[in-house]
This record gives sequence, structure tokens and C-alpha cells, in this order.
Amino acid sequence: MAVTIAKERWTGRVAEMIIGSGPNAVKVGGEGTLPFLHAEGEIPNRPALALEVWDTEPSDWPGVLTGCYAGLLGDPVAWAKKCVDYGADLVCLRLVSTHPDYRDATPQEAAVVAKAVAEAINIPLIVIGCGVEDKDAEVLTEVCTALAGRNILIGCATPNNYKTLTVACLENGHSIVASTPLDINLSKQLNILISEMNLPFSRIAMDPLVGPLGYGLEYAYSIMERTRLGALTGDKMLAAPLICFIGMEAWKTKEARAKDSEEWGRQAHRAVLWESVTASSLIQAGGSILVLRHPESLSQCKVHLAALMKTGEC
Amino acid sequence: MELIGEHINGMFKDIREAILKKDPGPIEYWARRQEEKGAHWLDINTGPTVSQAEQPAVMEWLVRVAQSACTLPCCLDSTSTEAIEAGLKVHRGRAMINSTSADQRKMDILFPMAVQYGAKIIGLAMNEQGVPKDASARAALAMELVVNADMHGLSMEDLYIDPLVLPANVAQDHGPEVLEAIRQIKTLADPSPRTTLGLSNISQRCAERHLLNRTFLVLGMAAGLDSAIVDVEDEMLVDAVAAADVLLNKNIYCDAFLRTYRQR
Repeated sequence: MAVTIAKERWTGRVAEMIIGSGPNAVKVGGEGTLPFLHAEGEIPNRPALALEVWDTEPSDWPGVLTGCYAGLLGDPVAWAKKCVDYGADLVCLRLVSTHPDYRDATPQEAAVVAKAVAEAINIPLIVIGCGVEDKDAEVLTEVCTALAGRNILIGCATPNNYKTLTVACLENGHSIVASTPLDINLSKQLNILISEMNLPFSRIAMDPLVGPLGYGLEYAYSIMERTRLGALTGDKMLAAPLICFIGMEAWKTKEARAKDSEEWGRQAHRAVLWESVTASSLIQAGGSILVLRHPESLSQCKVHLAALMKTGEC
Repeated sequence: MELIGEHINGMFKDIREAILKKDPGPIEYWARRQEEKGAHWLDINTGPTVSQAEQPAVMEWLVRVAQSACTLPCCLDSTSTEAIEAGLKVHRGRAMINSTSADQRKMDILFPMAVQYGAKIIGLAMNEQGVPKDASARAALAMELVVNADMHGLSMEDLYIDPLVLPANVAQDHGPEVLEAIRQIKTLADPSPRTTLGLSNISQRCAERHLLNRTFLVLGMAAGLDSAIVDVEDEMLVDAVAAADVLLNKNIYCDAFLRTYRQR
């Protein structure tokens, strides 16, 4: 007797987001099925990989990471160009120097840096603030204006500053990262609030604030999976692509930071594995944009994604 | 939970008059209004005053007018298979047929029609002998519907089985039987067939109709009810459905759950 393979039929679809413009614009989302189940629905776009650039020299990055950008770390433009050379799909500029407790750089200063980076690279840009909600609202508004029409992705919007950031995105043609701390209910609510200001779901990337391998990865995975199942079963309020700040989390871990040792092996190998395993796991949970730090993690994830995107093999 | 708005039915005075005068106004109004109030489908019923011969033309007109005013699909509610087919021919998107019974003669006409037009279909768990008395008799007729649908290649997600409620002041003992029937129907196939109810019948000629409707709807949802033909003018009924969808873990909670339930 012939066996019919049961196939799930989904009613919903994730919104498709375009970042940047021209031949190197990045398109993500649009999935009509769970990650890489090509037989059950369409996976129109490969998840995109970004490398992270800071507007100031990081003081606490381990040598195995800073070594990849030697001589460039105080120069965000040169650093960003190096990321292009390494093959990143996008550059993610983090405006660390705007933090009030650090250098407290002004919105205008930040905008000059962001503009210089955007003009120096031929791939799309993500710009992330320092994480202080009020300051981010000021800084990112200025950045949005300076980069008007470039269709960048800015973040992170929270329930406390989304109004200002959404207006800045709407006025200047950008997309927004909506960030909530591992809580699907808050995340859905923030999406609703942003979309009610008329920013469509194709311009919202959800940031669930992921945890790295060994530090809450499973929790992040479950939330992302549930978000994706919600989107596929027709919950439009969850049907936005997911962005994961992998590098920021993975490079905080003891496993990435501990030096070479007999027991734990070589740090360079171990740290890159930690970052790329975290990334490849969250790719399976539905991550659409993955922000990494190490170029070797980028290469490994690219190979992995190329295999996952092959159709007709599952 | 899918709500099928009941108002475009010739049994209501304003709709009956609109049909007689060929006045699209009230039909357009109720199409838009029910969409705003949270309906997923519009039930379309020509009502008893339209003669058998006129029914196909009236159904076709109602479907065209209703769909010109809103984005919802229609649930073509008629005992005349000619009227249903007339509606299917002009319907935009996937329609729902309302309904076939478990009579072989009707199933042999309406299941192929559903497949031909890519429509969903409501199957009533009754036959020429009338409404069954208990849950197991309802489930037995539901199985007839499942088998016949399957033979025609209609997928279970497109079959909505209605175990039929009777008014609480006439046949009170049917209430728990219907709830049990819903539970049994959901186990008849995998994936399960869908379930539906013509809800307002439970409160015909009763006091506190809205309360009875709303309460039975939530009881039904807990038993596995997937949809119902309802009065979406009852805001608290729609609120109760939104709340039950959250509490049954069908929709992901957010603070705006009442509002999001109504958004399409």
C-alpha cells in the first residue's frame, strides 16, 4: 500500500523584509513553513548574516576576536569595509560611544559616524543604539534623518521608546528592531503598538533577546519556535522576521573567553564554535537575521545555510 | 475560533425587504458591519420567502453584493443545491457550503460540488430520521460524513461537522450530548474534522438569549468546537471567544487580545 507522507498545511506567512537597496539589498523572511521544511512550504530567502562593528574600540573583546580586525578597531569605516571583505551580508553598527556612562557621544556625532559607514560600504546597514532607551530615542532619530532613504534597520525599540523610533522610521523610510526580553506576550504587544502607528510588519524585525549556548539558548529557541508557529497558524501580529544578536551574547560566555588550556582546548577554535553553534541553533528556531562577531563564525554559518537551503532533500 | 456572522438571512426583516426590493444597501451594511465586529465568514441565506425557483438568482445576487462590500468569504446557506452552486459560481476566494446532511443522496451531490469549487462544507450530523438523541448517534452520523468526504478527496480541515443544538427550553438534555459529540467528532480522523454549530438555536424562545449563547459557545470551545454561526452584534460573545481562545492556548496572549481578535 502506498504511504502518503503527511504534510502540514500552514495558513500564515512571515512578512518579507528588505534592508538596503540596489543589487546588494538583503531580503529576509517570507517563510510559509517551519525552517527549511522545503517540502511543506516556501523558504524564499536565506537567513542573512551580519558582522558587528562598534563606533569605538572595544575594551573587553578577547584577542582571538580583535585579531581579526587588527589596526581597524578605532576606525568604524575601515572596520566596516573589512566586514564587507569577509563576506558579511550586512554590517551592524553598534553606537556604544553614545552611552551616557561611557563617552556620552551626542546624537549628531553618532549620525556622522553612521553616515560615514553607510557611505563606505556597498551592503545594507543595521544601526543599534547603546541600549539606554531615552538616549537611543534621540540618537537613532538623528541617525534616521542622516540616513534618510537608505532603508536601514535601526534598533532597538522597546515599549518605552518605540513611539519616537517608529516615527523616525516612518519619516525616513527605515525598518525597526522591536526588542522584548524573552517574552512572547510582550513581543506581540510591542508589534501591535508599532504596527498601529502604520509601520507594516515587513518593516519590523523582532528581537527576542536570545541567550547563547549554555546560557538560556533553549529558552530563546522555544520562544522563537512558538513565535514562528503563531505566525504560520495565522497570527499576523507575530508574523515578522526575527533578528538575533548572537555575537554579543556568545562572546560574553566563559567558554568563549577562557584562554587555551589542556582541559578546554584552543580558545580560537572553541570560541568560534560557541558563536556558530549558537547561531546555527537559532537559525533552526526561525532566526532571519543573525548578527555575529567573528569572521570564521560567519564563514561556517554560510556553509551551513547553503546546505540547509538546498531543496528536495527532505 | 472562526465566527460565521448570521445576519444576512432572509429570516431577518431588513434582509427580507432588501431581497424583495433588490436593494443592496442593507446587504452591504451587514457585510461590512459583521466584518468589523469580528466575523470570519458571512452566512448567506435567502430565507423562506424566496421561492425555490428564484433561490439561485437571489443567492448569486446576495453573494455578489456582500463580497463587493467586504473582504470576507461566504457560507452559502441553502437547502437548494442549485442555489448553492449559483453562489459558488460567483464567489471570490474559498466559499463554504452550508450544508449537507448525512443523507447519502445529499452527500453524493454536495461533496463532489465542494471538491469541484474548492469549497469547504458543513456536514450536519443528521439524516432523514431527524436530529439524533444522543452523542453516540451524532458521532455515528458524523462518521458517515467523514467517510464520504474522504472518498471524494475532501480534506478533513475542509469538513465542518455540526452536531446540531436544540433549544434549551425544549430539549435541555441535548446540551451535554452535543458537547460530548464534539469531543468524539474530533477523534474520528487525524487530522480531525472541524466542528461548527448554529449557535443561536440553543436559545430560541428562551430568556437571556445572549447569555445562553455565549455560555454554550465557551463550553463548546472547551470540548473542541472550531467555529460557529453566531450573532457578532453581541460584543460580549466575541469577547468571550477571544478570551477562550487565549485560555485554551489557541492564540498567544497579549494585552490587546480583545482588539487583535477582531483584526483581520
